[in-house]
Amino acid sequence: MSSDLDVFVGNTTLIDEEVYRLWLDGHSVAEAVARRLRGGVLEREGTSVAVLQSDTRDHYRTFQMLERLLHAPPRLLQQLLFQIPPERQALLVQRYYAFDEALARELLGKKLSKGTKKELDEVSARTGVGIRSCRRQFDNFKRVFKAVEELRGPLAENIQQLFLLPPALARDYAAIVFFANSRFETGKRRLQFLSFGDFAACAQSMMAHWSQGALGTPKTPKKPQKPQSMMAHWSQGALAPEAAEPDGDLPKSFLQDLKELKVLVSDKDLLDQHKSLVCSALRGKISVYNELEANFKALSRALVNVGGKLTHARDVRDFFVDLVEKVIEPCRSDKWSPGDLRLFLTHYTAAPRNLPGFRHQALWERYMAAISACLLRMYHD
Amino acid sequence: MPGKLKVKIVAGRHLPVMDRASDLTDAFVEVKFGNTTFKTDVYPKSLNPQWNSEWFKFEVDDEELQDEPLQITVLDHDTYSANDAIGKVYIDIDPLLYSEAATVISGWFPIYDTIHGIRGEINVVVKVDLFNDLNRFRQSSCGVKFFCTTSIPKCYRAVVIHGFVEELVVNEDPEYQWIDRIRTPRASNEARQRLISLMSGELQRKIGLKVLEMRGNAVVGYLQCFDLEGESGLVVRAIGTACTLDKLSNTSAFLPACNSPSKEMKESPLVHAPSHGCRSTHNSPIHTATGSRLTQNFSVSVPTLIYTGMGSGSAGKEGGPFKTLLRQQTQSALEQREFPFFTLTTFPPGFLLHVGGVVSARSVKLLDRIHNPAFVGIMGNTRSYKLLDWNSFNSDEPETRDAWWAEIRQEIKSHAKALGCHAVVGYSESTSICEEVCILSASGTAAVLNPRFLQDGTMEGCLEQRLSWQPGFFSIGSEKGEVDFFPQSQDSSSLLGIEEASPPGCGFCHIPYDELNMPFPAHLTYCYNCRKQKVPDVLFTTIDLPVEAIVVGKGCLIQARLCRLKKKAQAEANATSISNLLPFMEYEVHTQLMNKLKLRGMNALFGLRIQITVGENMLMGLASATGVYLAALPTPGGIQIAGKTPNDGTYEQHISHMQKKINDTIAKNKELYEINPPELPEEIIGSPIPEPRQRSRLLRSQSESSDEVTELDLSHGKKDAFVLEIDDTDAMEDVHSLLTDVPPPSGFYSCNTEIMPGINNWTPEIQMFTAVRVSRLSNINPTNQTLNKNFNDLCENLLKSLYFKLRSMVPCCLCHVNFTVALPEDELVQIAVTAVAITYDKNQALQANKAPTEKSQQRASTDNEEQLQFPLELSSDPLSSQPFSPAKEALEGASSHTGIPAAQRATSVDYSSFADRCNSWIELIKLKAQTIRRGSIKTTTSLEKASPLAEGYLRHRSVPSGTNSTVSVVKMTPLSFLPGAKITKYLGIINMFFIRETTSLREEGGVSGFLHAFIAEVFAMVRAHVAALGGNAVVSYIMKQCVFMENPNKNQAQCLINVSGDAVIFVRESELEVLPAPPPAAAAQPAGSAGDVTT
Repeated sequence: MSSDLDVFVGNTTLIDEEVYRLWLDGHSVAEAVARRLRGGVLEREGTSVAVLQSDTRDHYRTFQMLERLLHAPPRLLQQLLFQIPPERQALLVQRYYAFDEALARELLGKKLSKGTKKELDEVSARTGVGIRSCRRQFDNFKRVFKAVEELRGPLAENIQQLFLLPPALARDYAAIVFFANSRFETGKRRLQFLSFGDFAACAQSMMAHWSQGALGTPKTPKKPQKPQSMMAHWSQGALAPEAAEPDGDLPKSFLQDLKELKVLVSDKDLLDQHKSLVCSALRGKISVYNELEANFKALSRALVNVGGKLTHARDVRDFFVDLVEKVIEPCRSDKWSPGDLRLFLTHYTAAPRNLPGFRHQALWERYMAAISACLLRMYHD
Repeated sequence: MPGKLKVKIVAGRHLPVMDRASDLTDAFVEVKFGNTTFKTDVYPKSLNPQWNSEWFKFEVDDEELQDEPLQITVLDHDTYSANDAIGKVYIDIDPLLYSEAATVISGWFPIYDTIHGIRGEINVVVKVDLFNDLNRFRQSSCGVKFFCTTSIPKCYRAVVIHGFVEELVVNEDPEYQWIDRIRTPRASNEARQRLISLMSGELQRKIGLKVLEMRGNAVVGYLQCFDLEGESGLVVRAIGTACTLDKLSNTSAFLPACNSPSKEMKESPLVHAPSHGCRSTHNSPIHTATGSRLTQNFSVSVPTLIYTGMGSGSAGKEGGPFKTLLRQQTQSALEQREFPFFTLTTFPPGFLLHVGGVVSARSVKLLDRIHNPAFVGIMGNTRSYKLLDWNSFNSDEPETRDAWWAEIRQEIKSHAKALGCHAVVGYSESTSICEEVCILSASGTAAVLNPRFLQDGTMEGCLEQRLSWQPGFFSIGSEKGEVDFFPQSQDSSSLLGIEEASPPGCGFCHIPYDELNMPFPAHLTYCYNCRKQKVPDVLFTTIDLPVEAIVVGKGCLIQARLCRLKKKAQAEANATSISNLLPFMEYEVHTQLMNKLKLRGMNALFGLRIQITVGENMLMGLASATGVYLAALPTPGGIQIAGKTPNDGTYEQHISHMQKKINDTIAKNKELYEINPPELPEEIIGSPIPEPRQRSRLLRSQSESSDEVTELDLSHGKKDAFVLEIDDTDAMEDVHSLLTDVPPPSGFYSCNTEIMPGINNWTPEIQMFTAVRVSRLSNINPTNQTLNKNFNDLCENLLKSLYFKLRSMVPCCLCHVNFTVALPEDELVQIAVTAVAITYDKNQALQANKAPTEKSQQRASTDNEEQLQFPLELSSDPLSSQPFSPAKEALEGASSHTGIPAAQRATSVDYSSFADRCNSWIELIKLKAQTIRRGSIKTTTSLEKASPLAEGYLRHRSVPSGTNSTVSVVKMTPLSFLPGAKITKYLGIINMFFIRETTSLREEGGVSGFLHAFIAEVFAMVRAHVAALGGNAVVSYIMKQCVFMENPNKNQAQCLINVSGDAVIFVRESELEVLPAPPPAAAAQPAGSAGDVTT
């Protein structure tokens, strides 16, 4: 006697967290059943394999029907088809959008295109994440990217409102979008020591200090956008045309202004004065004083030039490579401690205040705040 | 122009993309009612259109208002080609037609398409202005309230219960019209949905008219069903119980309302006297007919009370007396105009005097299309097959279906009479159709309702509040078939009152029929509770467990499952073979139930529902019931296995092995269900049963019963053993099937009644669900045995699966487990289960017991008015100095399941003479009339015992909890209540019919994916309608039909689902407790004054 049709529908939709996890991991029904069997559910509940199969199929069907709604979480809240308690809905969304950092690390800075998707097989093999799960996560990245690509306002907040994600997860997605948008190179071998967390922290610092919203006076007053209105936005597919620059892009004017900072390295007097100010402040305070004194000009040049190059897309790609190659690696070879680096950066950033004739103090500090944060985060083995 | 319907289309959201090029939709809406259609503007290029339309106004008759659904169609505007339909919303505006229900329907409705399912949502506002035009009132029945709930709805009181109402309407099924060959499946489905919606409206209106004629204002226990008869048409039929209900507007202000019935009271207190005539009918011919019938067909006697109606197949062979009786019955029915049937399953405590047993009747009919162009059925009556020559029937008779049902109801009625009962409660009807054969079934519980309850002055309060009651059948001979009958008095300390007040916990078990002239063989003992009256050894009923019943331990779901092969045949031959099989199936089902009941050490079944389903080549029987151990009934004996060849050594061994297994199972079950009846010392048992002659008749055997009498094991002492004789494979199979039933895993209980006996501390966490399975019986050469096993496995696996799914809710109980079996195709069996899982708290039971009485008083008051009345009534009694103490005492008694206060026992006095009762009854009425004039108020013990018990019981049931419900959530439950909540308003009946079809079955996830989505959609649409009415729950929810057809080769499937329930607003008790509860003292005042008014 075989069951052709076998369904169970509750007025409140049953969500089994274990099965949801298996489904998210991309297991087939048969694999999921096998895994549940290994989990010992049979012994605990005293039931049969057939029951387990039927249960798993039911859950899988539910998840498949839910998936469409999970693509636009606000719809999950509004839909009438499944009655799911709010905390369960939150859990569904959160788990659906959670990602493997190893996978995200691989994809950071890559174009979220079909081509990249085709390469997921290799990524899957490298990271040990199931291919189906890889695809789902990739699609999540892409979906979030597309949704916020052209929206104004803080990226993380937009993501949080559009996808109803917890703040931390939304910030991570913001980082992913930021990287995908700016296409920073992260795949070079010398960058391999950096984790997803490192890059995400960098992205967050950069956005925090450099983006439109970080400026004291945004061009348009920033309104907290409600999910409701975002929803309308979303489904109409039309975007507010007056959007100047989305938060994922760094403001052009700011990047342009960064060129002004070159004076710090191009003007010999300024460079020398800068060096002496920093050295006098640090003398006796850091263990690598001699190395600092010897390398100051090279370091300063590297630090200032990284910013100056940000106007060109191709140079933007090399941002992290440059930082590692020209700042982190020299320091590391000179055995700077993280404390040394921190002290140096503090004083290096503060010193120009006392430089006569340097008029870009605010810009400099804004620039250096992010750079310092990035460097300190990246300075590890 | 008696009504104006106003509709406003506000907005849409999540519409599907209709224009591939732009990925957008240009949507507009057509609003149609009757023949009038309005349109909104096109809202271009949006998936979330904001129409914000004007108010569309329809000026219509109220008759139309009742019949027609409001039809809202969302379309995509297309400049060059025809506009594409996105989907529809049908809104039943009936809830707006009575003042107490909803005033506006407003909210988001899923836009439904029969091919694509739900496609976005639409926000609609609907209002009705009714003009009071009394002249028109007779053609419509606006204002009559409908309830699916099979008890008096919680925020109403019954002024009068008028009795049975039924109606059916017939039409051609659009699916079978010629035009169906040329129209699209969508058009065909929509035509069908619309037609059924129209027919239900019409049916409801017609029933409403009948109710108005009876001067009622509501229908309770309304059950509407569809018979899809295929080419011969579509029948929509409904039954219900007409009532006059009064709204309890406020928890504290209900008391003064009791005046009106008491005024009428004095006018006709004696009319009911003839009703006692009913009791004497057990000498009538039917009685003997029943007996002979059984023995004719089987060489056995049926060892229980139930089944006077063993299927009409057997009735076909009976002789003349039955027919004469039928004729008599018909005549009396004409006079009476009504059947004494009640679709209710739950009654106020003390209302049921005695329960006789289950009565059922079945009849096999032929739906003949050739002779039947205008839906004139031919009676393929099984009662005598020669009737199949239809010349003897008037084929011009337009109400064949009506006649069929009338016939069955007559039979039920006569069965009830044979059981010495004048009423049938828990009554229901059903059909099973396969091709042109149709089995009509009706069943109910024969009962004697409490005339004493009506006259007993102590009951005055509750009588007025809940049950000023006047059944039609009490008034035989009265011209209208209904006479107001409100005997009441303030006094009841009369001798009679004390004499006859049956102890509340056992009265209903006492036999209603004459001991010396029983309608069937049964084994009687003195009631184990009161020791005064006779009770049967087992009791089968279709009703819910009465609130006041004293139960030992917990109950459990008991199912009997059965398959019988039959040859494929046409027309008469088919009908004949089916009706030949029916009595055997009934017998077999009954035996299984009996065995399983004994195996669990229980002695009574409640909520019994036997479904016989007919298929092409087999019949299936599925009986579900909730077994309990009633303290009043004797302890069931064990099951004794008897071998036929006692000389064979190995055989003996085998038998003893089986016997041991059975005994072990019984012991295990007793432990599981906590059945530890108090061991009563011999002397209390009193006079033992004088007639051991009965014992031999309890023997069950397939063939020669007399040989085996000696096999009765004496080790069971006085308790009679139930003998299973395994002399053939059939019996062997029985024993095996007995032992294969697996008890639910720990932490789970299940029952098919509203509440689980023995569990009282529910938490508000509920989960209603529907599960559907279709299995293929893969045997090439199926036999009855293999089929039985397959079917049994199917049911058991389904239950197992449910337990597993709901494991996170443990400890919990599956309540109202409702199985429906269908045989959609040759080898396919479809089982649909709807039930609700309710979590209970093991620890809270103790707390509830310890809770201070006052607190409990409050809590009870938040439960529902019906229960509320009791404690308040008590407190209002000036003579009872400690109104709450009996409550506590009774509560303790109830919780320990043992203690029956001695006083309680003393109150009941034996009455063996029927004439005595009759006389005393009349005397009482006289007495009462006097006391009313005097205006004295007194109570008897019977009230104090009956009511607090109920209160305590319900208090357990409604333990509040701190969980909050969010506004948007709509709860659904097949029960009539929500644990831990109080229903504050009934918003109207929900009765919805949906068709879903697909031509891309594989793409939609196969049959399972298709049906899963459809059921979820149905739930969603029900919830949306309830929410739009302003409600937050559906109670008494039922899925009446789920017809699934597939054609995998064509990648097609179709499904029809019909659901109904009552939309309600409920408030959590935890929220209520915050509000200041009216102090009992304040309520007591009006009660006292009300009493004065009546004098």
